[in-house]
Amino acid sequence: MANPVTVFVPRETAAVSLGAHEVAEKISLLDDVNVVRNGSWGASWLEPMIEVVIGEQRIAYGPVTVNDVDSLVDADFLNGGEHPLRIGPTTEIPFLINQERWTFWRCGLIDPLSIEDYLAHQGFAGLQAAFKKGPGFVLEEIKASGLRGRGGAGFPTGIKWQTVADAAGEQKYITCNADEGDSGTFSDRMLMEGDPLQLIEGMIIAGFAVGASKGYIYLRSEYPLTHRVLTKALVVARDAGWLGPDIQGSGFDFDIDIHLGAGSYVCGEETAMLESLEGKAGVIRYKPPLPAIKGLFGKPTVVNNVVTLGSVPLILKQGAKKYADFGVGRSKGTLAFQLAGNIKRGGMVEKAFGLTLRELIEDFGGGTASGRPVRAVQVGGPLGAYLSADQLDTPLDYEAFSDIGAMIGHGGIVVFDDTVDMAAQARFAMEFCAVESCGKCTPCRIGSVRGVEVIDRIVQNDDREKNMILLNDLCNTMIDGSLCAMGGMTPFPVQSALNLFPEDFTK
Amino acid sequence: MATKYDKAIASELIQQFGARPEMLVQVLHAFVKRYGFISKEAIRQIAAELNLSRAEVHGVVSFYHDFRTEAPGEHILKICQAESCQAMGSRELTSHAESTLGVAMHGTTSDGNVTLEPVYCLGNCACSPAVMVDDKVYGRVDTEKLDGLINECGG
Ligand SMILES: Cc1cc2nc3c(=O)[nH]c(=O)nc-3n(C[C@H](O)[C@H](O)[C@H](O)COP(=O)(O)O)c2cc1C
Ligand code: SF4
Ligand code: FES
Repeated sequence: MANPVTVFVPRETAAVSLGAHEVAEKISLLDDVNVVRNGSWGASWLEPMIEVVIGEQRIAYGPVTVNDVDSLVDADFLNGGEHPLRIGPTTEIPFLINQERWTFWRCGLIDPLSIEDYLAHQGFAGLQAAFKKGPGFVLEEIKASGLRGRGGAGFPTGIKWQTVADAAGEQKYITCNADEGDSGTFSDRMLMEGDPLQLIEGMIIAGFAVGASKGYIYLRSEYPLTHRVLTKALVVARDAGWLGPDIQGSGFDFDIDIHLGAGSYVCGEETAMLESLEGKAGVIRYKPPLPAIKGLFGKPTVVNNVVTLGSVPLILKQGAKKYADFGVGRSKGTLAFQLAGNIKRGGMVEKAFGLTLRELIEDFGGGTASGRPVRAVQVGGPLGAYLSADQLDTPLDYEAFSDIGAMIGHGGIVVFDDTVDMAAQARFAMEFCAVESCGKCTPCRIGSVRGVEVIDRIVQNDDREKNMILLNDLCNTMIDGSLCAMGGMTPFPVQSALNLFPEDFTK
Repeated sequence: MATKYDKAIASELIQQFGARPEMLVQVLHAFVKRYGFISKEAIRQIAAELNLSRAEVHGVVSFYHDFRTEAPGEHILKICQAESCQAMGSRELTSHAESTLGVAMHGTTSDGNVTLEPVYCLGNCACSPAVMVDDKVYGRVDTEKLDGLINECGG
């Protein structure tokens, strides 16, 4: 009997949402086939994208549905046969090869739940370097890499870790923020589904650097598949001695629990997340004290995003300089941009900072899915400003975006074509704030409800002039009088819509 | 989905985490998974066993969207209402669902088959619009695909 042919079929939410499980099941019934469930390479527009291993190559076909399997068999796809869905070798897909993969380099490549596969691809090499060179070295490397938080605020990770390392106390915690609530974002999810062991490794390294033995992953409940993959990954790591007491004979203990969120956007804010991790309502805490000093259960706590922690192992393996060579100015390294909304080729693109929005949307994304002109783009989630088609040449770095009153945030890019009603988008921003406000401060809790009413009156031409002034006052009150960015930044999408697309409010 | 409340089983759901008050959110998830919602009876028992006041438990229940206090339908259909899905027609999809099912958002069909709920991003934004039926996510959902999903719910 011939060796079985390996076929990769992603077990990743986007692929599964388009029928990958059914495809995997049907292919696994073929003779002499070994189906491996990998993560996604990130080319979501090709999902479910399956790959057949032929010699050294992986030949991709996509998007494949269960109804295509018979014709693929007829076309002899197990030998790379011609078929309308045949894309060619994965290593020749322009969307993928034009990226600069650092954090996501194993994503799609390996079986995410195989420790052997992970180890064969430099897995735990970063942790071993950390064990060898000590916590002080880790802290210096992370600082030197220029890595900034990928959750949205862009705070330097090395400085945060140093603060926790320096804080007094025996008990410290590492918390991973996997709440990923921003619309248009899914890179945390892809990384957790495609390379969960790397996140685990990053958390262990963080724990080692600051002197913490316990970690929590705060995962949003909207990600049930991710939850299953992560849960298994923790078991796999523990069984192989890479998690738990005395990791690989190093004398260092570290373990991780997963806690589920419960459908609250504001729980992605770090102090609300800590409240939720303590079993309470996700109401924002006053800062100071910083979580680094007084965080979970009052103990010094690192709060980092999934992608931040996932970038760490390779920095230690390859050296800080290698990472810092990517990017521009104070935006070092790479970011996993996410192309979403009305986009022809949606998915995840990991690139060094500095390319323009246009390059991402046009070269990678291929323009809108509808084929109509791009009219507006929201970058950085629901609290990010809307940009117009005239602003597409802005380079993607933290500073260039803040210069135009926008933010990169977690790297989500939501494209709208010329059928968008920007007054409706502005109204939604206020409505979302009203639904998700934690309720602690009046400008956010009440202001957002008023905001919806005022926009409705403007659109209905009910005392429009006066209500325009009112809306601006309201926005300024929210910006100045809110405790956190929920209330403090909701006005940005509203005001940018008003300024850039005034005609939509006076139809 | 409707499972009859049982004090002994409820106690197991609470005790599986060691009866620690900091596990309250996780305990409530376990109750929703088992019973579909958080009943008054559940709040009373959770409060007693975690040594919290009923008001404290109620405060947490009411804060989170996931913790319903009324029994939902047999299936829960969530339609993403966030920006990326809006850009791909989620508003029209939502209207279609509401008129097909004959309920507004948060409503349950008269036959008790489907509860319609909003959700703000399923992380499937590259394949918008996205919906979720129970715990399964679907992408690129047009009205035809949605009708198929509703049919599968027996609605
Ligand atoms: C309303 C709000 C929601 C947020 N949601 C998230 C989130 O879902 N994930 C995340 O990593 N950070 C989120 N943040 C940012 C966190 O507060 C925090 O800055 C971050 O988790 C720190 O990790 P980092 O330094 O690695 O980015 C949010 C902030 C605000 C104000
Ligand atoms: S701005 Fe809104 S979400 Fe933030 S603390 Fe105030 S009420 Fe809570
Ligand atoms: S905005 Fe709908 S899935 Fe993200």
